[in-house]
Amino acid sequence: MKPLNYDLDLDLEIERYELFADPIYNFTFNRRQFMKVFSGGVALLVPMSNLLAQQEQGESGRGRLDENGPKEIGAWIYIDEKGEIAVYTGKVELGQNIRTSLAQAVAEELRVPFGVIRMVMADTSVTPFDMGTFGSRTTPVMAQQLRKAAAAARETLIALAARQLKVAPADVRILNARFVNANASESLTFREVTGGRSIVKEIPADIAITPVKDWTLAGKSVPKAGGRSFVTGLHWYTSDHKRPGMLLGRVIRPASFNSTLLSADTKAAEAINGVVVVRDGDFIAVAAPDPQTLTRAEKSIAVHWKSPGQPGTAELFELLKRDSSPSRGGGRPVGSISEGMAVADKKLSQTYTVAYIAHAPLEPRAAIAEWADNQLTVWTGTQRPFGVRLELAEAFHIPEESIRVIVPDTGSAYGGKHSGECAIEAARMARSTGKPIKLIWTREEEFTWGYFRPAGVIEVSSGVKNHGTVTAWEFHNYNSGASAIQSKYAFPNQDIQFHNSKSPLRQGSYRGLAATANHFAREVHMDELAQLVGMDPVEFRLRNIQDQRLRAVLEAAAKLFGWSGRVKKPGSGAGIACGFEKGSYIATAAEVSVDPKTKKVKLERIVASFECGAIVNPTHLHNQVEGAIVQAIGGALFEGIDFQNGQILNAKFSKYRVPRFSDVPPIEIVLLDRKDLPSAGAGETPIVGLAPAVSTAIFEATGQRLRALPLVRNLS
Amino acid sequence: MGNITSLNINGKKRPVDVDPQTPLLSVLRDYLSFTGSKYGCGEAQCGACTVLIDDQMTRSCTMPVGKVAGKQITTIEGLEKDGKLHPLQEAFIEADALQCGYCTSGMIMSGVALLKKNPKPSRDEIVKHMDRNICRCGTYLRIVKAIEIASGTAKEVRK
Repeated sequence: MKPLNYDLDLDLEIERYELFADPIYNFTFNRRQFMKVFSGGVALLVPMSNLLAQQEQGESGRGRLDENGPKEIGAWIYIDEKGEIAVYTGKVELGQNIRTSLAQAVAEELRVPFGVIRMVMADTSVTPFDMGTFGSRTTPVMAQQLRKAAAAARETLIALAARQLKVAPADVRILNARFVNANASESLTFREVTGGRSIVKEIPADIAITPVKDWTLAGKSVPKAGGRSFVTGLHWYTSDHKRPGMLLGRVIRPASFNSTLLSADTKAAEAINGVVVVRDGDFIAVAAPDPQTLTRAEKSIAVHWKSPGQPGTAELFELLKRDSSPSRGGGRPVGSISEGMAVADKKLSQTYTVAYIAHAPLEPRAAIAEWADNQLTVWTGTQRPFGVRLELAEAFHIPEESIRVIVPDTGSAYGGKHSGECAIEAARMARSTGKPIKLIWTREEEFTWGYFRPAGVIEVSSGVKNHGTVTAWEFHNYNSGASAIQSKYAFPNQDIQFHNSKSPLRQGSYRGLAATANHFAREVHMDELAQLVGMDPVEFRLRNIQDQRLRAVLEAAAKLFGWSGRVKKPGSGAGIACGFEKGSYIATAAEVSVDPKTKKVKLERIVASFECGAIVNPTHLHNQVEGAIVQAIGGALFEGIDFQNGQILNAKFSKYRVPRFSDVPPIEIVLLDRKDLPSAGAGETPIVGLAPAVSTAIFEATGQRLRALPLVRNLS
Repeated sequence: MGNITSLNINGKKRPVDVDPQTPLLSVLRDYLSFTGSKYGCGEAQCGACTVLIDDQMTRSCTMPVGKVAGKQITTIEGLEKDGKLHPLQEAFIEADALQCGYCTSGMIMSGVALLKKNPKPSRDEIVKHMDRNICRCGTYLRIVKAIEIASGTAKEVRK
């Protein structure tokens, strides 16, 4: 077990927010899990090291691990003696449709129909260890490795079939899930080929996967796996499960963070038939067989807490700067800022801020916990089933192998479900009550007791030539994170730093992480520089771009938007921004109108172009890009956590506004399909371009430059 | 008022025994097994719990069960008839109008309520009617498209 090495690569700072807790690996049970499942047939194993040595084309260098890492299993494909094909992976389905896209990849390589692939996902007792489903890594890493494993399984089976058919392997084809000889006069089923043999292989180093140009199944819009169960209400999320003898739980919360439990009068509650009160230190909770009894019991408990004074939204940005470290990385300086400033015709220094925002997944955290013979089973929606298993092991001082975490396909997370609070609480209650416990957090708890996207302060100082070349770029991010702090612009002199700070609120991962904040500051600043030298914002950016893929998305978005020929209407404005993160490129243009009297901002139109290499599933990709843009509307315009004295002041949907139908303008998306490039993930990056584009559009409409996210609060 | 002892759900009488103040959502999910209706906010803000009461769109999380006794309650589980999906359920699959699917039941029930009173809604009417349903995955444009497909007003379907 080797920890991540934080010192070698400054970009690894990203992982601080991604992982939320220190990553600690335990690979030892993978092989045992595999052997439990395997009973003859063909299995292809994906070594864990193949998944960890992920390089994203060597560009951003994130997540790089020791090359001598453990050679344990990270996933496997299993074709059993009946010819049934199953893929085992620890990844989680949260709406990003990887249950579909991974099966597409495997079916493609095995030359079988999509529908026959069974995906076994995110169950710590059955599926191999996985760090978690985050960082847009499923498509570039897991899918790629499963493709190789499937290709190797296919080659193995073809060799066996060739022997049985008494022909050369090259003369065997897979047609309609059968192995056939050259003139299709003889054929064998998977079962006939595998029957009686037990073959376990690792992926050969030289295995070739199907080139993108030959894809027949991948690259197509296969409908969502299990779609029917979702539209009929039959899909079971965690909260839909029931266990025999199960009690419902509720945690008694203090009104503010960091409170200490002074006293609790639970006599009345405990007198109610079937009610159990659980108290352990500052943890106090109640369980009952039905909701009515639970509510009655909860109301009868009188609790006194002691709460310290705590800062609020008003002091936030001052605190983040005051409590920051000198520097925690961001990259080594390039060139010399002072020399770059010396040759600049104009200089600009500005400060940008972003608020804490909530993930607000529509399914709040939920868990069902059950103990039997010192074995703990927990159903819960999380992006890190193995991380939650570790949290449980630590909380209850039991070995990880005594714990099973099962993740039903989950009601979204956006980076907000890395942690196991709800699972631990349910397990704690289940241990005292001796019965299975279902705990569903209320919306208010989900808004309050999870964690937030980090708030941040970003200071940018720059110098520019009158002809548009940026000569100096100094960038300091306080607290919001380092992802995408580096840009694809060709600035000759750069000093880019991320400063750790002490966050007054609990903070963690979020879709796109700090890439949204860093793009917001960078792209608004670029627009300000363009204005300073009197250049068109697209032309100005192109002047500073050498990266051809970035140029391509920017030009595609500008063209689709009609940027160059646009006519400015009074009361309206347009803005454009571009960027790169996690292996993919985005450019976003937005048009807004601002009511001159009410100052109400309305999004009129959004155009985006996105490029993530070869496209795996066009419809689902389009849906992801569109969804990220819609989610971005909230963070750009009106989402922001208000807090004071350890309390979240807007912890409900009636106070915390998220995007709704009426907020969404027509969105036009152009997907650039680069069949010559490996597929990158796409769930996160499309979120980063909207906020700066809207800020600059509002500037064009009103002359007012907005440098704080959310841009407009209390819109009605 | 005594306990509620029976509800008409999806065309059948179901025995229950609950306090009339209990939210309908809780009765459906905890006392019966209609878990297709989801809890999302408990304050009628997100629409994940939407059911039909005598064909009217209703947020079951804030509706005391005592007020719906004797009325016709339709949940997402009751839309499918003889193994055939409701046209809006079909349209959701066709338009890929979901990601995580947690809002989907409520979206479909809200959409069905709209189509019952207005079989050919305009885009503005759809947006206005659906505006109190939240989809955090951001599939709004696709949901509008699905309702248009089901109502026969869709111009084209993106594949």
